Amino acid sequence: MNGQTVGVVLVGVGGQGILLASETVARAAMAAGFDVKTNEVHGMAQRGGSVLAQIRYGKKVYSPLVPQGSAQVLASLERIEALRYADLLAPRGLAVVSSQAIVPVTVSSGKAVYPGDAEARLRRAFPRLLYVDVTAKATELGDIRVANIVVVGALSTALDIPENCWKEAIEASVKPKFLELNLKAFAAGRAST
Amino acid sequence: MSAYRDAVYCEWSPNEKVALEVAAGASLAGARCIVTMKHVGLNVAADPLMTLSYTGTVGGLVLCVADDPGMHSSQNEQDTRHFARFAKVPVLEPADSADASEFMKLALDVSERHRTPVILRTTTRVSHSRGMVETGDRVPSGKPIGFQKCPERFVPIPLWGRGMRVEVEKRHAALRAEAEKTAANRIEWGDRSLGIVAEGIAYQYVRELLPDASVLKIGWAWPFPDALLREFAGGVKELLVAEELDDIMEEHLRSLGIACEGKKYFTPIGEFSPDRIREGLARRAGKPVTPPASLPEAKDLPARPPVLCPGCPHRGLFYALGKFDVVVTGDIGCYSLGVFPPLSRIDTILCMGAGISMAHGMNKAGEPRKVVGIVGDSTFFHSGITGLLDIGYNRSASIIVVVDNRTTAMTGHQDNPGTGRTLSGEETTKASIEEFARACGIPNVRTVNPYETKRTVEVFKEAMASKEPWLIVSSSPCPLREKRKLGATRSVDRTLCTKCRMCLKMGCPAIEWTPEGATVNELLCSGCGLCAGVCPSKAFVIAEKGGCAQ
Repeated sequence: MNGQTVGVVLVGVGGQGILLASETVARAAMAAGFDVKTNEVHGMAQRGGSVLAQIRYGKKVYSPLVPQGSAQVLASLERIEALRYADLLAPRGLAVVSSQAIVPVTVSSGKAVYPGDAEARLRRAFPRLLYVDVTAKATELGDIRVANIVVVGALSTALDIPENCWKEAIEASVKPKFLELNLKAFAAGRAST
Repeated sequence: MSAYRDAVYCEWSPNEKVALEVAAGASLAGARCIVTMKHVGLNVAADPLMTLSYTGTVGGLVLCVADDPGMHSSQNEQDTRHFARFAKVPVLEPADSADASEFMKLALDVSERHRTPVILRTTTRVSHSRGMVETGDRVPSGKPIGFQKCPERFVPIPLWGRGMRVEVEKRHAALRAEAEKTAANRIEWGDRSLGIVAEGIAYQYVRELLPDASVLKIGWAWPFPDALLREFAGGVKELLVAEELDDIMEEHLRSLGIACEGKKYFTPIGEFSPDRIREGLARRAGKPVTPPASLPEAKDLPARPPVLCPGCPHRGLFYALGKFDVVVTGDIGCYSLGVFPPLSRIDTILCMGAGISMAHGMNKAGEPRKVVGIVGDSTFFHSGITGLLDIGYNRSASIIVVVDNRTTAMTGHQDNPGTGRTLSGEETTKASIEEFARACGIPNVRTVNPYETKRTVEVFKEAMASKEPWLIVSSSPCPLREKRKLGATRSVDRTLCTKCRMCLKMGCPAIEWTPEGATVNELLCSGCGLCAGVCPSKAFVIAEKGGCAQ
């Protein structure tokens, strides 16, 4: 890592569990002994708006915001949201993108168009792209709500954090009742690489 | 704070003025208090603050005030540091979570030693960031609880107030002296060719971008540490100031005769970021600032603004209101989102409570259309009641709608005086909006179920025909808070859909448009059934288990 601060960006739509995913990544980095800062802005964004969460970790972290073009990983729970924040990702960074499409009201009311070529755009925009049917994986596991942790599993492979730290982080972030399900979701995501 | 529930009393106050007055009372009885609010909340609490500065505090009293540079979820971006000078009280400014924890302890200590309220000014960015914090054990203040009668100190009638005014200046001198030596301000010497005075979150960005520069980190922002500022300015060749929002520090440095630059490179508008600071530094160095080329793949992405949730009761109310040619004075809450298309049913927003009072003012001005004021339940209790009292007292034919979802939804479902629960979860009385309205002299008070749009339209018709004040409570709990589905998921019967697009007028995120007509995203549908009521061809049917009805 050479003392560099690592940036992780998580994006999606309000209600998709971005904040829990962000907390999990932060806890994993903390368990691995790094200084960590996270940032997210919700409030208005919570109501179906675009949501952005950022995690930075390293030996000593100052800014909680990821400078443009510096994130090691950009993970998106919705396919076009990845494009919206693409400029945060470093040129050699990994993009993990859920193939799920959530159509904004601006589209259904006829004010805008949802790009039909999203996948092609993603492949052009991100040289290192992991395009995953996260919804299918989460549904297979029995609960669409663990899609966020499937994504965390997929992005975990790109970071220098040992696997046991991720497990510790999930234990600390989710209710005991949902622990087993979330550990399975993490494993499914991690295997998708 | 819930971890300390037994030891620390917490409550939601109806508004910030009440909260600060409650804290002032508790402080005078000897208790340590923290009051939290946004920048605009401090406007509401300004009245007690200005005089609390004179009477002073007994138990430590800290106002934790969050500014919102960039207006992430606020109607303006005022700089709370002005209030410190205005009220003559010190302000501390944390740059991250660790600072926030340290500075809160410092603020309570300063408050008790100098008998002054203290402002802890944070920002959206600092408040919504998390970082490593060294935790400690709670140390109770040890002050006995019991009010000590002392009218010369606590009763600012002119006789004693003039003496208090003199004391405020003495205290100010003592605080200035303390600002010089507090650990909250520190010089980090580095390369002496450039020195940067950095406040709050700006410190983090400066450190990130210029690891070798000399930095004066300001955590105690007012009163200014003049000697420290002079020492730092004298030790560097050139001086820059990085402070979010207004140029308060920069202006002060100039008043001391110190040459510096700040707002010339770092914008007073909006929020700082590492990228904006980098741009400012590049401009200062005379380097061309080229914004990063935007990705061609990110072109023409549809905007994704926040919207009313699927199943939101406000949608039905706005839909019904959309049938009338009226002016709608809105207010602050989830229902502010009714301003966006396709609902487009809010015309003004000013501040909390103004939805009611502005409707009255427009009517008195002779606005030819009917004026409808909309507020939420929490906003009604915050500052809507006095406006309603004005309508009852001075008689305008205003129609006030309280969209009562029995929670403070926009900010995360906090309880309020109407929910019947306190902050600690105990059951309590439920304030009745209808009874308030009658007590304010509103002769026509009705309650409607916003999912029953036809009935709601009828009540509106009756109110529009009247020359008297009306209050309509649109009553239905927030489904997001209740965490339940409202009914069966809907789907579209293709044989019935005529593609008339009536359903799209409600702006429901669960309804999507395809060349074949409307479809329902079953993952999002909450089963409220509003679409079924609105569709003229009854195409929205109850979805069969496991799939759409085709």
